[in-house]
Amino acid sequence: MSRGTSVLFDVPGPRTRLRHRIYDVAALVLLVVGLVGLYFFLDAKGQLTYEDWEPFVTPEFMVALGEGWITTIQMALTAVLLALVFGVVLGVGKLSDHRWVRLPSALVVEFFRAVPLLLLIVFIFLTYGVGGGIGSYWSVVIGLMLYNGSVLAEIFRAGINALPPGQAEAAYAVGMRKTQVMTTILLPQAVKIMIPAIISQCVVALKDTSLGFYVLAPGLTAVGRSIYTEFRNQFQTVLVLALMYIVTNFILTLIATWVQKRYVGERDQLQVGAAGLSDQDTGLADAGTRHGQV
Amino acid sequence: MEDIVSNFDLVLSGFWITLQLAFWSALGSLVIGALLVAMRVGPVRVLALFATSYVNIVRNTPLLVIFILVFAGFPALDLLVGTPFLVKGIVTMTIYTSPFVCEALRAGVNSVQLGQAEAARAIGMTFGQTMTQVVLPQAVRASVPPLTSVIIAMTKNTSIAAVFGLAEATARMRGFTNNNADDRILIFLVFALGYIVIVEAISGASWLLERRWRTVR
Repeated sequence: MSRGTSVLFDVPGPRTRLRHRIYDVAALVLLVVGLVGLYFFLDAKGQLTYEDWEPFVTPEFMVALGEGWITTIQMALTAVLLALVFGVVLGVGKLSDHRWVRLPSALVVEFFRAVPLLLLIVFIFLTYGVGGGIGSYWSVVIGLMLYNGSVLAEIFRAGINALPPGQAEAAYAVGMRKTQVMTTILLPQAVKIMIPAIISQCVVALKDTSLGFYVLAPGLTAVGRSIYTEFRNQFQTVLVLALMYIVTNFILTLIATWVQKRYVGERDQLQVGAAGLSDQDTGLADAGTRHGQV
Repeated sequence: MEDIVSNFDLVLSGFWITLQLAFWSALGSLVIGALLVAMRVGPVRVLALFATSYVNIVRNTPLLVIFILVFAGFPALDLLVGTPFLVKGIVTMTIYTSPFVCEALRAGVNSVQLGQAEAARAIGMTFGQTMTQVVLPQAVRASVPPLTSVIIAMTKNTSIAAVFGLAEATARMRGFTNNNADDRILIFLVFALGYIVIVEAISGASWLLERRWRTVR
């Protein structure tokens, strides 16, 4: 953040700078008091005892958590890979010249983006998952695929639309066919600017794998549940789970930022609005900062 | 088929809880999110650091984990004991959604061009005038589309309250499906339609707001 040239404030003078310095110190004192207070509060509630934290330094449980973590990543990756295929098909469908392809594609995309993912997962699990069905793992993965695929379809469409129209026009002018224009001219360029948005979608998918909790799917939260039902250390388990998710997502975000810088340059990451807002994606991109996905 | 028709009041009561959860969580998130963005873009560095850390930590945590924290972790700390589930749900949704609101508002602030504020200062407007007459009106307008996205996503996220025993729409769907194995698809479509109506209503409201606030540039 460049200080001084802000839309909100004028360049501060010496007196204002002094005042800000005083606020800084006051806020720091408040923060430290808060943290110390939190420490004493947790201590008074007996949350800092070794027994409560023991599972997380016990090798067996660390291995179990690691395995849960790998399952979670596996679910997210499988879902995103399937979603990519689903998304490209729907995205191309939405850009089709034929109304009978365009409308159903748009309807499918709208539907899966408007329905809560958990509702979808519960439906898939109870209808196709239980008994001799596909099981909870694949219920979650299929649910994630349908939802993320629909979001990716929008990202994909935004990526194609973000290309200069001259690209397609030039390709048509040299006599290429529609399929050729899409596969040799538009797709390769669009994919390049889509990659960071796809990685960001991995963060969303990774967070959403936790919904498998409701249908007893394996993964990090499931391991967490078995630990806290055994040791009654809910608070500590939540902190460890959160930390594992945060670190993983942070690494993914770093990769997305790096890829963005390396392959896309200065332009903002592609953004699409929530369901019902599909025509406003440019408005979001104009807003200038990455606000991430909820 | 008969079950969902004769017990349609259960469907409605489920969506009523969903709506209550969504409304109060949206209100709470807007207030906390506005506070966060004020800290984040303000001149006090310690507060900016605090708000930035909060945003980055919560945004990378799954909502379900925050639900476990509030519904299973807090009782261990003697916090929120005996609080109604609806209130706990609202607290959870607010903790999770406020960082996204903060980022949407910040996107709005960042979209105001520097020249606007400079011009306002150059003609001698005070800080208060610059804010209320020039910067904030533009920032708020620009925040409407991202904020709507956040609120819609939040409304869909209220479904996760079903996992923790709140009888909102998603929990109701599970109940209906368990009792009527033959009508699963119909039941799913009824509940999906309910959510779609809510989502479209929010986006319609946002569209009206944007049209009303549109300015000539």
